[in-house]
Amino acid sequence: MATFADTTFTPPERIRNFCIIAHIDHGKSTLADRMLQLTGVVEERAMRAQYLDRMDIERERGITIKAQNVRLPWVVDDEEIVLHMIDTPGHVDFTYEVSRALEACEGAILLVDAAQGIEAQTLANLYLALENNLAIIPVLNKIDLPAADPEKYSRELAHIIGCEPEDVLRVSAKTGEGVRELLDAVVRQVPPPVGEDNAPARAMIFDSVYDTYRGVVTYIRVVDGRITPRERIRMMSTGAVHELLEVGIISPEPKPSAGLGVGEVGYLITGVKDVRQSKVGDTVTSERKGATEPLAGYREPRPMVYSGLYPLDGSDYPDLREALDKLRLNDAALTYEPETSAALGFGFRCGFLGLLHLEITRDRLEREFGLELISTAPNVVYRVVTDDGTETTVTNPSDWVDGKIMEVYEPIVKTTVICPSEFIGTVMELCQARRGQLGGMDYLSEDRVELRYTMPLAEIIFDFFDSLKSRTRGYASLDYEEAGEQTANLVKVDILLQGEPVDAFSAIVHRDAAYTYGTRMATKLRELIPRQQFEVPIQAAIGSRVIARETIRAMRKDVLAKCYGGDITRKRKLLEKQKEGKKRMKMVGRVEVPQEAFVAALSTDETGDKPKGKK
Amino acid sequence: MASTLPPGDPAPADGTLPPEAVAGLGSRPFGVYVHVPFCATRCGYCDFNTYTAGELGTSASPQSWLEALRRELDLAARVLGSAPPASTVFVGGGTPSLLGADGLASVLDAVRGAFGLTSAAEVTTEANPESTSPEFFAEILRAGYTRVSLGAQSVAPHVLRILDRKHTPGRPVAAAGEARAAGFEHLNLDLIYGTPGERPDDLQASLDAVLDAGVDHVSAYALIIEEGTAIERRIRRGELPSTDDDVLAERYEQVDSVLSTSGFRWYEVSNWAASVAARCQHNLNYWRGGDWWGAGPGAHSHVGGVRWWNVKHPARYAATLAEGRSPAAAREILSEEDRRVERVLLELRLAEGLPLGVLDESGVAEAKVAVSDGLLSQSAFDAGRAVLTDEGRLLADGIVRRLLP
Repeated sequence: MATFADTTFTPPERIRNFCIIAHIDHGKSTLADRMLQLTGVVEERAMRAQYLDRMDIERERGITIKAQNVRLPWVVDDEEIVLHMIDTPGHVDFTYEVSRALEACEGAILLVDAAQGIEAQTLANLYLALENNLAIIPVLNKIDLPAADPEKYSRELAHIIGCEPEDVLRVSAKTGEGVRELLDAVVRQVPPPVGEDNAPARAMIFDSVYDTYRGVVTYIRVVDGRITPRERIRMMSTGAVHELLEVGIISPEPKPSAGLGVGEVGYLITGVKDVRQSKVGDTVTSERKGATEPLAGYREPRPMVYSGLYPLDGSDYPDLREALDKLRLNDAALTYEPETSAALGFGFRCGFLGLLHLEITRDRLEREFGLELISTAPNVVYRVVTDDGTETTVTNPSDWVDGKIMEVYEPIVKTTVICPSEFIGTVMELCQARRGQLGGMDYLSEDRVELRYTMPLAEIIFDFFDSLKSRTRGYASLDYEEAGEQTANLVKVDILLQGEPVDAFSAIVHRDAAYTYGTRMATKLRELIPRQQFEVPIQAAIGSRVIARETIRAMRKDVLAKCYGGDITRKRKLLEKQKEGKKRMKMVGRVEVPQEAFVAALSTDETGDKPKGKK
Repeated sequence: MASTLPPGDPAPADGTLPPEAVAGLGSRPFGVYVHVPFCATRCGYCDFNTYTAGELGTSASPQSWLEALRRELDLAARVLGSAPPASTVFVGGGTPSLLGADGLASVLDAVRGAFGLTSAAEVTTEANPESTSPEFFAEILRAGYTRVSLGAQSVAPHVLRILDRKHTPGRPVAAAGEARAAGFEHLNLDLIYGTPGERPDDLQASLDAVLDAGVDHVSAYALIIEEGTAIERRIRRGELPSTDDDVLAERYEQVDSVLSTSGFRWYEVSNWAASVAARCQHNLNYWRGGDWWGAGPGAHSHVGGVRWWNVKHPARYAATLAEGRSPAAAREILSEEDRRVERVLLELRLAEGLPLGVLDESGVAEAKVAVSDGLLSQSAFDAGRAVLTDEGRLLADGIVRRLLP
């Protein structure tokens, strides 16, 4: 359906740019769907639930990984307004992408489930939005639910933002109730964008996506000047110049346009094939008479969590490489380099933004590329200073230099936990056990509290979220953001089978936690590794000092009692089958370790903020 | 012989064998196995190809079985052409003694008629102590049997009850005495150890009884819980405790130690004999890769690298032969490597062991490691053979896997 919004170069005063800040299952996508319908850009018939979430995994996990944006026509008081809705990624790992999406807006809808109240990540993103001076429109969703308590949560939101409870809008994205009024409120409360029409063009990249047919599609928000097709553009971080093949808007399918003006949001296509050439946060300008000063806030994506990924079947290694190469086209934050493990064979050391990023990548490799993978325990990045003053960055326990270490720095994060007040004690206990430093505590309402801790990132990625959830019966929510580094008393714990270290099981842990880690791994492995024809000692060691020991007793009996004329064929076939099974074993020295043992031993149940699906 | 048949290639209807399989006949010992598929009752642990009268109804009788057996032996003589006389005959089951002495005599006559016997042929029948008597033993000795294998299993009443064995505890020993008195020199008693609920004293009592019986051969088997048996169901339902490999290992050591101190020596993992002459030549022929024709329902045969097995059900077995066709259900022609693998897995179970020359280079290297692990004998290795140590016997299957690629 053609509308006035199809034409670009709309005067800024008739433009409103906004995003929706919401927790993963608080109904952001449903609300976006309803807006597409109400504004008429998607016909009822063509409506696909959660139109904007495209990837299967996103749909399944009910989260948005890649931001989408859409241009909507809306008329208020006879005035034709163009709305740009920017759908922000909903997870802690993508904080930087969120911050860029927020930067592209002047206002934000703070969408909160009327039955659950605000969650930690929403709060963190809200603070981010407030720092960016965005107009905040507080909204309670799901008011049609029987469990909804709009009175209580209106007070909570009002308390957090500093408004009146009556100012909090109430909608049901599911039924559509209140959504019109919300769109009207966006027009009235969000300020129009401001920029210099005559200045050299400057547009901020807030997302880029690889498309098989079109190459990289880059999403931009124009700040100053104009971006028009058939001119060359320059990426200001690298100076790279590209032909501009197409400029357009999304409504919600891509539509080419005559260009984009001040305050407008749209896409551009240059023909490049790798999202690394269109970096989120970078400034796009025209090649000729371009801007000299980039927009503020650009940052290179930096992996925070590393893990080794190995194919279960060694012969799948080339397939894994190919799959990573493909994923990389659409994931600027994913890094990987070949790595060899004595125990697991050939694989890749991969860097991720966080644990969810790791999980999603692993999931996609297994699902979309049909690979079976083993991933080693994730670790953070350490800065190690040795006694000769040399500084190294350790992203892999096997690079740990024993003995000569003078100082180790580990990344720390500011952690926010929101939970019902009855769990304060439990949460504090957990955070302290994970070397957390209490930064502060606030009551959001009479029975909900926000706790702020500074914690080592390494503690967070090690099953912290699961522990938190299980100790608070699922009520706690978690957010964290980088907060620099600190020195720490860290050691590498090696796990040895029959005296042979198994690199895949080595971990860098705090000295106080070394014994627990060593004992846990040794016990686990004793249960997971089948008895061999000889006794197998399992040791956990720091350097040459053994801190824990278990023994797998030798197998006593492995012989069939009867083998007569009628048993021979069967016996030979059984042997062939056992031989096949043996090929699926990983050899550690002389010890046959089933791959399942590796998978089980390495699954620490740390899952990060990973919802299993949407209600 | 377990009850389910392995997968294989189709066997020719006329039973013919590839000429190269038949070519070597006579250069190796030739044995005949006869499978008697009848039992008075079915034991709770048994998954052999055997049937009670109630199960068979009128579809197959000992008479029709014997008739079919004669047909198969005729077919065998035709297929093998100039077959050598049998140096061993083994009548197993099932319960051969249910045929009575006359029936067993007829079976042996049929074998003799088809192939003839060598002058020193070993002729064994299995017997259930309950269906024997002094007259029975005297008659089968006269008919030409030279060896009797009696199923004793255990002397502990509570163990026999779990195994569903009906005989009175003293009966196997008495039967062995009767057989000896009748003039049988070579007697075997079968023992089963590791039955749920069996205590070390129970096994000791069984071993004492076996030694009292004055037999010259003992086979002792760890109870194998076979799928589809009553005992397997009872363990699955939690009515019986499951067997533990560590306990089975201890029981085995107990058996070996008692028998060894009483003049027996192991010559195969589960078999002990009081002298070289007491060893079962028929079974040794299986383990040394010899030729044999297995006649009867579900029986397996091997001639010159071809293995085949008959249809299982006695009625179908008889019907197929009545139509003039081979009762073989399927067969497999072994490759060179298959035959090598079989040599390793069979000969390693023997006290005489396996010539190291059968192994490839990495197999020999593995054998050397197994020697240092104490699983293969150092002196035998130095003499060019892989021979299990006492400890190695209990881990034979695992060692086989190590010695083969």
